[in-house]
Amino acid sequence: MTDAAKDTKLEHSSAQTELAAPPRSQWRDIWDQFKSHRGALFGSCLFFVIVLGVVIGPFVYWNDATFVPTGRDFITLRDMRPIYHGLWDGSAKMDWAYPLGTDNLGRDTLARLMFGGRVSLAVGMAAMILALLLGSLIGVMAGYFKKLDGLLMRLTDLFLALPLLPMILVAAVLFRESLSKAIGPEGGVFVLIVCLIGITSWMPTARIVRGDVLAIKEREFVLAARSIGTKPGNIITRHILPNVMSPIMVSATLGIATAIITESALSFLGFGFPPDFPTWGRLLNDAVDRMTLFPERVVWPGILISLTVLSVNYLGDGLRDALDPRIRGR
Amino acid sequence: MLTFTVRRLILAVPTLLFISLVIFLLLELAPGDPMAQVPLTVPPEVKEKMRQALGLGEPAPIRFWKWLVQFFWIEPQVLVDHIFGTSFSQGDLRVISWQTRSPVMDIVVQRLPQTLSVVGTAYIVAILIALPIGIYSAYRQYSWFDQLGTFVSMVGFSVPPFFSGVLVIVIFSVQLGWFPSIYDTTLKVTDWDSFVKQLQQMVMPVMVLALQITAQLSRFMRASMLDNLNQDYVRTARAKGIGEYTVVMVHVLRNSMIPVVTVIALGIPSIFGGAIITEQVFKVNGIGQLLIGAIQANDLPMVQTLTFIFAVLIVLFNLIADVLYGILDPRIRYD
Repeated sequence: MTDAAKDTKLEHSSAQTELAAPPRSQWRDIWDQFKSHRGALFGSCLFFVIVLGVVIGPFVYWNDATFVPTGRDFITLRDMRPIYHGLWDGSAKMDWAYPLGTDNLGRDTLARLMFGGRVSLAVGMAAMILALLLGSLIGVMAGYFKKLDGLLMRLTDLFLALPLLPMILVAAVLFRESLSKAIGPEGGVFVLIVCLIGITSWMPTARIVRGDVLAIKEREFVLAARSIGTKPGNIITRHILPNVMSPIMVSATLGIATAIITESALSFLGFGFPPDFPTWGRLLNDAVDRMTLFPERVVWPGILISLTVLSVNYLGDGLRDALDPRIRGR
Repeated sequence: MLTFTVRRLILAVPTLLFISLVIFLLLELAPGDPMAQVPLTVPPEVKEKMRQALGLGEPAPIRFWKWLVQFFWIEPQVLVDHIFGTSFSQGDLRVISWQTRSPVMDIVVQRLPQTLSVVGTAYIVAILIALPIGIYSAYRQYSWFDQLGTFVSMVGFSVPPFFSGVLVIVIFSVQLGWFPSIYDTTLKVTDWDSFVKQLQQMVMPVMVLALQITAQLSRFMRASMLDNLNQDYVRTARAKGIGEYTVVMVHVLRNSMIPVVTVIALGIPSIFGGAIITEQVFKVNGIGQLLIGAIQANDLPMVQTLTFIFAVLIVLFNLIADVLYGILDPRIRYD
């Protein structure tokens, strides 16, 4: 290839990029803003790692969460210390096969942490989805249909005035037996806790969504849609919902955080899952009695809860900045 | 303003009635028999009599009405009797706990001081820490102090009290041995030594509760200060030649405090809710622990009354926040 040809080709390609510099899409802008928020990036990576570890971990890890050794094994395997404990106390009982040690029944701590994380995260996500569905439904209804507005917003106010934690505790005790009988001990408690958290945490989402719907409803494109005869249901799903996605996504991330904390608090107070079905809160609660001897059993579940919530909070913070077009330009 | 306050007070009545109905129905609809603990050898007719004695014989609406009368009419009379030595409530039936067979309100009054001293101290400590942090991190926005403040408040949001509480117990009472891990409510403050002991046992619960409140309040204070720092009146004040300290601490601070004060008022009831967990961690026998114990013992009148007291607190402080907002900010007029 001659130099001339090379030059023309270069020129050609540069001209092409100049001409075809693609219009920046909205998602690209959002991603760029999100990237510049260091905490958010860190938070999303951390959350991803925790989810991955909890979901894939049990397939890779060699110990079983529910295995309880019997006989002589029980004595040799129980109350093992984590391997890093050897750094300052060489005589401690530990084994490389049990990186975070075992509990007083000889069950592997790391395996139980992974299992508990699955439950905690599943409860958090499911409760968040339920709360979001309820909140968006009520918010959109209240914002779009004027007749329902007063009634639904009074309902929201009433729910906000309820003492939620005491009521969740009461309901968790009162409905546990019958649901356990109907669905099974673990499934029943799961459904119960998810429903309780979902039903008691939709209010902020509903308020935010209603405010946004009220503003968007008056815009020209909704008027245009209505004037060509679009039905209210279609206007809501095609024109309004996509425009209120950003506040919904932000409250989704914050919803996971509060749901995980509430579930752990319930388990910690002894109103959550049964003892052989660990969640992070339950593991923490079980370990409190022996925390003077084995502080690591308290610290690990606590750190995992805190890290998950922290990462989700940072994620929500970054999302809020990234999805807000007024901040994004700067 | 007065008409607004009166209107809100009147509106609070149906709200509270509705909440009490919700709580009552929750307890009513729940499957679960208060007689479940009674041995099987007790014959059915005796069981029926025991139900009657617990007030379970009548249909639900009548029991709801009875509870309302007891809570809103008889209990205030008891309070009046207690204060003035009169005898209005002579012979009236009060709300009786199934656990202890004594009036619920008496037990609540016994437990309240512990909760109030811990929660109240925590709240004051948190306000005293949070406001300066918020002011300074807004004034020096994006400085290392601000970044650190943001991080610490994020951590304060994220670390649940049942972990931070256990953590401080492990560090300060197990490893270092500075403070007792259990709150001793029988301790009477009579001299300097017992006062020091009281302080020592209050440090950790107060610290744990205050961390959470500080995290929220300092963020709010910062955001509110930032809103005001770029306003025109601040430039005017500086142009007049007023010192920087006066500009920030008088002009800006007074305007920034308006939303923060309402947030402080709104936060008080949720602190009672959060104190349930903290009380459980440090074994403070306040109303939170009373509630947990009552739920576990299936003591429905106690649970109903306590939950309702929490609801009253929430409604009351919502009202106070609204009224305060109107008083502090002359731009807001509700009429």
